[in-house]
Amino acid sequence: MELTNIIAKLPYTKPFLFVDELLHADENGVSGTYTFNEDLDFYKGHFKDNPVTPGVILTETMAQIGMVCLGIYLLGNNFNKETVIAFTSADMQFLKPVYPNEKVTVTSQKSFFRFGKLKCDVIMKNEAGQEVCKGILAGMITTKL
Amino acid sequence: MKKEELIAQLKVIIKPYTTNTEAFDNLTEDTDFINDLSINSANLVDIVLDIEETFNIIIEDTDMQRMLDVKTAVEIIETKLSEK
Repeated sequence: MELTNIIAKLPYTKPFLFVDELLHADENGVSGTYTFNEDLDFYKGHFKDNPVTPGVILTETMAQIGMVCLGIYLLGNNFNKETVIAFTSADMQFLKPVYPNEKVTVTSQKSFFRFGKLKCDVIMKNEAGQEVCKGILAGMITTKL
Repeated sequence: MKKEELIAQLKVIIKPYTTNTEAFDNLTEDTDFINDLSINSANLVDIVLDIEETFNIIIEDTDMQRMLDVKTAVEIIETKLSEK
């Protein structure tokens, strides 16, 4: 599957699409990037006069790139209107802050995809190549729950 | 393996995935994973993967779809074990 095709199939849009570009996808994992534009709304409140990307947004970014894009790739032609996506667990560590206008690269490694459940080890790095967060994410991507 | 023994092993597998301790303590063959034990579909997959590892069997997609209560789980495990 073409990488741009995967992004086109994502069920998100602004202001909640956190994937800019997919760099690679195969049976075992994906990698992709996202740049946190300083105009994103949550920076107005997190924190007052001190914008830092919230951990939940980092987690969402890792899930969209690392898990959902991988799930779409793995399902191939079986991904359609009937497909249900649900985030089911996250075990995360936040190692460094991510500030406005930083570009991050997310890399995921499939742990398993069975009976509709996709579990992955996911790492996010900043432009300096430092790990900013990592964790184990899981979700259901299936035709029924 | 006796059925009671199998259910006891199954309880060990299920325990980390349920928050409903009362239903878990009173688990019987009729206990439903989703409705009685409040286990969601993602954790049901984890339970099935743990069952595969514990009993060294492979569960098929068609079995997974039926595996919604203790009775069916026991029946599927017994069938798989007898095929070994």
